[in-house]
Amino acid sequence: MSFMTAGGNPQLNKHGELKHLLTIEGLPRDVLTRILDTAAPFSEVAEREVKKIPLLRGKSVFNLFFENSTRTRTTFEIAAKRLSADVINLNINTSSANKGETLLDTADNLAAMHADMFVVRHASSGAPYLIARHMAATGRDHIHVINAGDGRHAHPTQGLLDMYTIRHYKKDFSQLTVAVVGDVLHSRVARSQIHALTTLGVPEVRVIAPKTLLPTGIERLGVRVFNDMKEGLRGVDVVMMLRLQNERMQGALLPSTQEYFKSWGLTPEKLALAKPDAIVMHPGPMNRGVEIDSAVADGGQAVILPQVTFGIAVRMAVMAMLAGNS
Amino acid sequence: MPMATHMQLPDAESLCSALAEAMRPHIDPARTVLVGIHTGGVWVAERLHAALGLKIPLGSMDVSFYRDDFNQRGLHGNARASHIPFEIEGAHVVIVDDVLYTGRTIRAAMNELFDFGRPARLDLAVLADRGGRELPIAPTFCPHSLSMPAAQMLALERATDGALSFQVMEK
Repeated sequence: MSFMTAGGNPQLNKHGELKHLLTIEGLPRDVLTRILDTAAPFSEVAEREVKKIPLLRGKSVFNLFFENSTRTRTTFEIAAKRLSADVINLNINTSSANKGETLLDTADNLAAMHADMFVVRHASSGAPYLIARHMAATGRDHIHVINAGDGRHAHPTQGLLDMYTIRHYKKDFSQLTVAVVGDVLHSRVARSQIHALTTLGVPEVRVIAPKTLLPTGIERLGVRVFNDMKEGLRGVDVVMMLRLQNERMQGALLPSTQEYFKSWGLTPEKLALAKPDAIVMHPGPMNRGVEIDSAVADGGQAVILPQVTFGIAVRMAVMAMLAGNS
Repeated sequence: MPMATHMQLPDAESLCSALAEAMRPHIDPARTVLVGIHTGGVWVAERLHAALGLKIPLGSMDVSFYRDDFNQRGLHGNARASHIPFEIEGAHVVIVDDVLYTGRTIRAAMNELFDFGRPARLDLAVLADRGGRELPIAPTFCPHSLSMPAAQMLALERATDGALSFQVMEK
């Protein structure tokens, strides 16, 4: 997405520190590493008697969800609450947007309520960037924006929590072979994962998908493309499954979900082709029996629930870093 | 950068021993717990733990998440996880730091500690008090006091062989 790169990186302040988190694309490796390093101590807070630290006391975080989400919204909410922020959740597809209010009008109104941070999910790529740019253009650049998923563009906190998970289990990125498997075409998660993996120095990033679910030119992101799942999984350290996004499907991209499972579902037999200590990840929500077999999802190699737990620490770290970088 | 100084700096190693002796009559090796504040405070706490023969493993805290200057400075430096491997509720806790200055670090440490539980008694042990307090905080155990200008910083360092020493830095 070239709109991110015009005129320097709009996510960084003049000291090169993270001011907004809109996409992983274009962020330097040291910024990504710093987020992962910062997230580690936040994960300890969940084990305390009082699961709260005072960093964002008195700040107001608005969760602006123009598109449905349970897990992402909940984990952002928990993260903000554990930082002592006041959290306001708005499900806008059931609210003003239905009455015709524009995205920027909504943002202006919330800014007038003294918002300090927006967490934005939107079906249109670039919506969080639009809000960040609008806030800067109208002299309100003390307001931080976090992209919680925009269209097919990016889902940076998901990408970061996936990197945190990989680093937790594999310690080091520099020797890994990582496969991203499934519906890459519709997946903002896949894009964020690929940018993060290549930036962090993973030597081999594979993308495994049917041709109809691959965006054209995906090779340009520095990945090896496989149209055969068994071939692609051979010898990998990490299998990152993607959700088959039925709701985003237009036209006949697939014969049926049963057919999809047969060729592209992760079964114990296919997983056996990966390294014996390979881990299996999934951003959720899972379609069991479509992209993943229950035996794998509930098996010993799955780290899908730890991903959710790590996601809270990573989101706490991102919010705390942004809030401290005015 | 360490600066040449004419001020006579205290010997950190002998202060560690003096601090342990000052604490000995007031602690119970089977029950008292130590919590060192990263980084210098943890080094001192390790010495005290060994010298006093304490039975319960050492705790450590990084007070970055409780600092009162977050809004001015943000989250700088690498924060580490706090590690409290025992119940704070009802315990006799001694917070250990290397140098006591404004008192703000100790304020942050006390706030953090209380998020783990309510101690029965809380004491503060430091190697040196350099003056310049900005909060009403005083150490329970402190073998050395000195007065330093605000432009200077007294820092504890640990050599590769583990020896502790004080350095004066210009801010």
